[in-house]
Amino acid sequence: MTMLEVVLLLFLLVCAVAAAVTKKLLVTVVIFMGYSLVMSLIWMLLQSPDLAITEAAVGAGVTSLLFFVTLRKIDQIETDTKGKEEHHEEQ
Amino acid sequence: MKSNETWKSWLRGDLDLTDTLPEAQMPSALEPTGTETSQTSGEEQPASMKTLERWELHLFQKLYPFFAVLMGLAIVVVLMATVFSLPRFGGEDVPANNEVAERYLADGIEETGAINFVAGMILDYRAFDTLGESHVLFTGVCAVILLLESTEEVNIFRRKKTKKRAPAPRLDLTKDPILHQAALFIVPIIFLFGIYVVFNGHLSPGGGFSGGAILGAGLIVYASAFGFEQTERFMNRKVFRMVTLCALCFYSLSKCYSFFTGANHLESFISPGTPGNIFSAGLILPLNIAVGAVVACTMYGLFSLFERGKI
Amino acid sequence: MLDQILACLPEVVAVLLYAIGFMLLLLHKNLIKKIIGLNIMDTSMYLFLASMGYIQGNIAPILTEGATVADYINPIPSGLVLTGIVVSVSTTALMLALVIRLYRAYHTLNLDEIYIEIQRGRR
Repeated sequence: MTMLEVVLLLFLLVCAVAAAVTKKLLVTVVIFMGYSLVMSLIWMLLQSPDLAITEAAVGAGVTSLLFFVTLRKIDQIETDTKGKEEHHEEQ
Repeated sequence: MKSNETWKSWLRGDLDLTDTLPEAQMPSALEPTGTETSQTSGEEQPASMKTLERWELHLFQKLYPFFAVLMGLAIVVVLMATVFSLPRFGGEDVPANNEVAERYLADGIEETGAINFVAGMILDYRAFDTLGESHVLFTGVCAVILLLESTEEVNIFRRKKTKKRAPAPRLDLTKDPILHQAALFIVPIIFLFGIYVVFNGHLSPGGGFSGGAILGAGLIVYASAFGFEQTERFMNRKVFRMVTLCALCFYSLSKCYSFFTGANHLESFISPGTPGNIFSAGLILPLNIAVGAVVACTMYGLFSLFERGKI
Repeated sequence: MLDQILACLPEVVAVLLYAIGFMLLLLHKNLIKKIIGLNIMDTSMYLFLASMGYIQGNIAPILTEGATVADYINPIPSGLVLTGIVVSVSTTALMLALVIRLYRAYHTLNLDEIYIEIQRGRR
């Protein structure tokens, strides 16, 4: 158990909480993408390079891409979890 | 307080909720049990609901978050107690490190011929597991085809569309010069790396799943940089069907010989070859290629279905 | 207490991630968030399985010069997790396809609004 492993595991927890509390759906998906990347680093530290390659390609790549395409299909990229659009011009 | 009254009067059928119902007046999360009671009563009495069922629903939406948190806490407590009674992380005495793993590690090279023990395990000792997984992927993409292929807008109750916005202006990525140049540089490398990972699955980390996912990601990059017209040339619906079908059939046929030779003490007539060569490890290399083809087709097919509604 | 937590930190983190994902799945009303929660639960289980197979100081299960059987980590959890990761992407795709269909029918991602739309459609 090195310091790097502890930091990465705590970063996983932070990412999960951040994905739970963020309002915008796009931000949630991006945070989940980072979560998957950190997870693939942890697989590497746990001496499972097969899992690291697969997680980086599948978890961080294809799954996040499917989320992005879904958000684009349903026109929700600019909206938060309540379904309201952000109005930048009001600020 | 006011939101509850709104919700209740709507349940009685007195109030017709308008489209501009504020978010604060929404009830909290509802589960199938609550939905069922109200639905059945709605069929019997379309205009109003029985008092008891309304109160059940009201109570349910009050108590649901409380019980959800309670259930989560209970699960965490039980799992934490279990975790603290587990042996130390990284120790030799973890019960998972039993004679099965020792057998795989000791005799794996002679029996499967694969240098990567994980590949030898999932494609030789436990090949049926992987066969089932390939079929799960196939079934998943079939279900997505059923759900997304018809492009017409479905509105079950024929109501007027609420909150229909004009679609957001989309960036046409196929005209972007930066993406073009970057894709020209990076797509061949992605393909080369994917093919390397698939073909060296028995020698180095990787294998059909990761290599197939990398190839699928390369196809996705290609399609989003140059448009689906370019990928249609070599990756259309016919090719998708043929590749998936041939790979799954090859996998099934090449692994069903154990049914005829007896499931135990498999005597394969394919020699494992010299461990370490690219053409070795018996059936593992062709099975890796088959799995990689299925996974690559599935990933690209999913993206294509989500993006434009057809493969 | 701290020693105990540090002795099996990956398992503790896996349980906490499971709890976060479970709460997200149960309490959040947005369907995309629910799917993210389910994915977090998936990965927490993979972390738990893989940390069961890890042995401190041992190397990845790929034949290396001069290494004996006792020098490799357990390959079985790696194989199981490899299977699980690829299955989870197909279930995620199925759920997202269902979300797209729900959005096309009701024009919302909120479960309560969908419920109210169903009730209004019945009457």
